[in-house]
Order: sequence, then structure tokens, then C-alpha cells
Amino acid sequence: MELTGAQIMMKALKEEGVDTIFGYPGGAVLDIYDELARTDIRHILVRHEQGAVHAADGYARASGKVGVCLVTSGPGATNAVTGIASAYMDSIPVVVFTGQVPAHLIGNDAFQEVDIVGITRPCTKHNYLVKDIKDLARIIKEAFYIARTGRPGPVLIDIPKNISIAKAPYNAPKKISMKAYSPTYKPNVKQLRKVVSLIKKAKKPVIFAGGGVVLSSASTGLKKFATKTCIPVTASLMGLGAFPASNPLWLGMLGMHGTYRANMSIGACDLLIAIGVRFDDRVTGKTDEFATNAKIVHIDIDPTSIHKNIPVDTPIVGDCKSTLSVMNDLLTEENFKGIKKKRGKWLDRIDKWKKTTPLAYKQEATIKPQYVVEKLFELTKGDAIITTEVGQNQMWAAQYYHFDKPGRFITSGGLGCMGFGLPAAIGAQAASPKSTVVDIAGDGSIQMNIQEMATAVQFGLPVKVVILNNQYLGMVRQWQELFYDRNYSSTDMANAPDFVKLAEAYGAVGLRAEKPGEVEAVLKKGLASKKTVIMEFIVEREEGVYPMVPAGKAITEMILV
Amino acid sequence: MAEDKHILSILVDNEPGVLSRIAGLFSGRGYNIESLCVAETAKSNVSRITMVTTGDTQIVEQIKKQLFKLINVIKVNDLTGKKYIQRELILIKVNAKPEQRAEILRIVDIFRGKIVDVGLDHYTIEITGDEDKIAAILNLLKPMGINELARTGNIALDRLANNNVN
Repeated sequence: MELTGAQIMMKALKEEGVDTIFGYPGGAVLDIYDELARTDIRHILVRHEQGAVHAADGYARASGKVGVCLVTSGPGATNAVTGIASAYMDSIPVVVFTGQVPAHLIGNDAFQEVDIVGITRPCTKHNYLVKDIKDLARIIKEAFYIARTGRPGPVLIDIPKNISIAKAPYNAPKKISMKAYSPTYKPNVKQLRKVVSLIKKAKKPVIFAGGGVVLSSASTGLKKFATKTCIPVTASLMGLGAFPASNPLWLGMLGMHGTYRANMSIGACDLLIAIGVRFDDRVTGKTDEFATNAKIVHIDIDPTSIHKNIPVDTPIVGDCKSTLSVMNDLLTEENFKGIKKKRGKWLDRIDKWKKTTPLAYKQEATIKPQYVVEKLFELTKGDAIITTEVGQNQMWAAQYYHFDKPGRFITSGGLGCMGFGLPAAIGAQAASPKSTVVDIAGDGSIQMNIQEMATAVQFGLPVKVVILNNQYLGMVRQWQELFYDRNYSSTDMANAPDFVKLAEAYGAVGLRAEKPGEVEAVLKKGLASKKTVIMEFIVEREEGVYPMVPAGKAITEMILV
Repeated sequence: MAEDKHILSILVDNEPGVLSRIAGLFSGRGYNIESLCVAETAKSNVSRITMVTTGDTQIVEQIKKQLFKLINVIKVNDLTGKKYIQRELILIKVNAKPEQRAEILRIVDIFRGKIVDVGLDHYTIEITGDEDKIAAILNLLKPMGINELARTGNIALDRLANNNVN
């Protein structure tokens, strides 16, 4: 039996277990949308294609499945690019379908034509232009396979309009095998034995976990590993939740706005075991002075991550979950009795750093943004899915919301994409309808994709938006304060809309707190609502995020409050 | 660290866009391409790219890993330090006044080249060889006045009997 391209696409999506698509229709995808309406796949109509990709990203992170979006050719496709780049930097499995002008018009500067395969080549894991209907089913299958395996990432499929109409028998391969693509999952055991002996010798070891641990669901293995060897754990922004923040071995986040004890322990440690990280410059600071006293072990599924920014003593290419599982097996053969006592001195030193220089702020007459996040943490019992925008709001969320479980912190880490939080929250809420999903936002970031309020309300997705309103582009202002003589060039955002009225205009609930005493009541009321809610907090205008490592400095050189 | 020249032999899927992926990788990450040569192998669905690049050890390692990470790249073989054959073909349009012709013919003969085109006052010479040979003949012809030059870039194969599927 012959199916149209659109029917083939739907069949392949069903086989991949897709139940939700985020998208926006247009001329080149009309036939696909026509067919989509005949399936039981839920389509969430965003208000801007960037929102579609961020939503699919949030959906993927909250569900562990591949996120899917569908947009039209030309501007639909170019609007999606920022979302794709963000998913690429954070290694999030997303498949993006773009419509394309009919094949015979490609290259003719046709209406709404853009070379999206060319544009997205450097920001997708792989991409395809479908030229023959016979290849469509296979390409869709390959795209999902590539997106979710190895180091995950976004894959784009560009479908010319004539392909969605053309007919062919459904011929998807049963099993995907690609001659040039087979990621290494299993680690080299010989290398792991070396790690075990390094652990036995080490006096001041630290584990540094990253997004790879979250992506490969390796948290249980990590906890076992750290507990058994009694090694304290820090994490990158992407790694938050990979290790429980309530565990005594937890050091807090590492990097530019990392905790004092995490950053200091990197300077002092004699063994650094990095798992599923890529040593981003926001984590390492000045690379020449990063963990100079330590032997470095680096476990990652992507060989290009290893030796890229930081020279490594023991490289291990493998999936975090498989590697930690093999490692934990090796550890049971060893005698780690008395390890706690052996680590006593090191852990005491870390504890002292924690006591002398904790994360801190003073709640005075005006609302401190940290206080709002801390209250939110208390009221949600640390169990909400938190998305963030980018800037100060993101860092305060990372510092003051303590994540015990993976998949609860959804942020644009690598690309640092303002406007991410609201659509990502929509995606996360679609994946996890029973969870409380909160977007921690700033007044600047939220306005980058505020239009998605309409999406949340239309689809009954009760996301909660917490706006920490300081009427500034706060992080840029903070840099101007510290490094540009307080020359606040173009960072004053005093002319924001009335967010309460704006929420109401979208059909959502709007709440505002102006004094510290109102914070808890507003949060309680907002969280209790079954509707989409914006909670605006008028916060201290010039509050900064601390500690802060100035760009280009060693991570132990922190500016403290 | 010292910058070294590396000759990479890369097998890729023979599909549109693959060369662009590779060129984009190099420009996007700031790597150098000194020469590049692409053509189909004995298998029509596989192409071989021979590329000369420079960089310190760490950069060249990254280049190889980044190349291999591309979905369409099947194999990356760094021939540098191994036994391999390398050739380049070059066409040289050189001034050939009557009094110079005998000398040019002698040089071409020594280098086992060919005169492939003759004009009233020029010869076009075809020479095949490795890097040193090409450099040597160019050096000898320079005094005559080289009008135009076209080179294919390097191609290379290792000396192993059966290295891979192609």
C-alpha cells in the first residue's frame, strides 16, 4: 500500500512513540498538518517557532524522550535556529521537522525559501534534506536514533512540499545501523582499574559531575560511587540534580558563580574525576590554573570533549551510566574500609570553607531575589521542575534551589539563551502534567518569549512564572558595576509592562509582591492555583550574584559579597 | 607547541553537503586547510578526501576527533609518520622564448614531465610528483617566468596492502 509523505511521517512518528509535537503551521507544511489532525498526536501550537524548539527541549529533559517540533519553511525555520543551537550546546535530543519549498523550486529564491540545512549544519548533530520519498521513513528513523544515542543532540529534517504529497510504500528499516556512526558506550576496563588505584592513593579527591550524568540517567550509579569512595561531589550548571544536594558530600555548583567550597576544593584537590562534562570556560575560569595539583580523570561519551580545553591524565570514552556501573563493580573488589576516616581531614577542610564562606544574602527592607528562590524551594519541598531564563535569575535558581533529583533543573546552559525558560516550562509541563513547573525569570528574559503565555493558557498548562523584577538586565548591569565603572549602558529596563495586568490579558493569573512580607503569601497563592500564573516580585535593583569569578581569572579567585 | 603539517586521508559518504560539513567544521573552529582533494573511491557511495592541515598535537588530535564525529565521516587516517605515497599534479604555463626552449625541455625531461600545450611564446607543462619534486621544478622554472599555475592538491594512500573496505 502506498502512503503519502505526510502519512509516512505520521506512521514513523507513532512508531517512535511520539505523542506530543510543538509547532507552528505554514504553507510548506500544510499537507503534514492536514495529516497530523487525523492522528492522536497532540500538537501544541506555540506563538513563535523559537518557543517550539525550547518547548521540545524542555519536554525532552522532563520526559527523557526525544522532543519533536514541526515548523514551516523560510522564517519558520530560521526562527527555530536559536532553539536548535541551545539544544545542541546542551546535548538535548530533539528532532526538528522543517517544511521546504517544492524540490523543483529549491535554489530559485522561492517564496519562504531558506537553505535551513546549510544554516543549521554547525548547530545540529546531523541534518537531512529529503530528496526522494523512498528515503523519508528511513531518514526519520535515523534522525531519532542519532538524536537519542551517543552524545544526544538535535537533528533536523527538511521536507520539501512535494515530498509530503508524493506517494511510496512504507519501508522503514526494522533496525537502524549506520556504517559511520556507532558511539562507544562501554568503557575501557583497564583505564578504570587505573582510576581505582588513583582513588586509593588520593588524599583530596573531588568528583565533578555534568550534564552527561543527567542525560544518561547515571545518578544512582554516581551516588553509589561517591558514597563508596567517600568523595565529595560538585557539578556544573547542567549537572545540578545529578547528585542530591541534601547529601553531606555535596559541594554545590562549580564555576563562575559556584560555591566557595566547590571552587576552592578544585584548587586544592589531588584527584579530579570529571564525569559527563566538557570543561566549559564558565566552569574552568583560567584553564592554566584549573586543578593544577590534581590528576584528572575524564569520563565522557564524546571523544572530542576529552583533551579539548583541559589536558587529562586518564581519559575514558564511555557512557556515564555504563562506566559508573563497571566502576562500581570494580570497587566492590576493593577494600574501602576505613575510607571515611581517611577522608576526615579533607572533608573537614571543605566543611570549614562552607562555614566561613557560605552562600549568603541579607534580607532587608526590599525583597532579595535569593529570598524568593529560597522560599520557593521551601514551599515546593524541592520537588518542582524548575526552568530558568538566563542571567542572574538563572544563577540564583542554581544556587538557592537545591536539587535532589535529576531532570528537575532545565536551563539553557551552553548557549545561555534568554527566552528559554517559559517555553521550556511549557514543554516540561506537557511531559509531566502532575508536576509543579516553575520558570524562574528576570524582567528582561521573560519579555523575549512572553508570547508563549498564550500557548500555556490555550493548552491548559498551568506553568508558574516567577519574575524577579529588578528593572535591569541584571547580569549585564552587574558586569558594568564591577568592570565598567558602573556605566549602566542600555541595561535599564524601567519601562516594563504591568506583569499582573499582562498575565490577566493572556487569561492567566497575575500576582505581585512588593515587600518581603508578601513573598510567601504570593508564592503560596500562585503555586496553589490550577491556572497559568505570573508572580512578579519587585526585588532589590542592584543585588548581585556572588561569589563571582571575573572572566579570565582562576576559579579560586572569587569576588565575594 | 610546534605546528606540524599533517596529511589526512578521510573516507566519507558520497552525498551532497558532506564537503560543506567538513569545510564548515574547519572554518567554524578556526582550523587550517592547506590543500584539499575530493573524489569518488572504487565504491561509488564513498569518497576520499585527502587534506593537508597544520596545527600543534592537541589541535590535530581535535581535528581528527571532530572529523570522525561527523555522521558522514567513515574513517579518518592520519598518514603523517606512517608509510605512504603522496602525489600532486601540477600544470605550469611558463614563458618559452625560442632561446629558452631547449633549457625548458631539458628540465621537463629530467623531471619526467610532459609538455601538454605549446604556444608562440609559452609551454604548458604537466608534472606529477611529491611535494619536494614539485617544489624543485617550480624553483627551476621560476627564472623563465611562470605565467599561470594550477595544482590538484595532494592525494595520498598508505602502503598497507589492505587497510579498509575501499
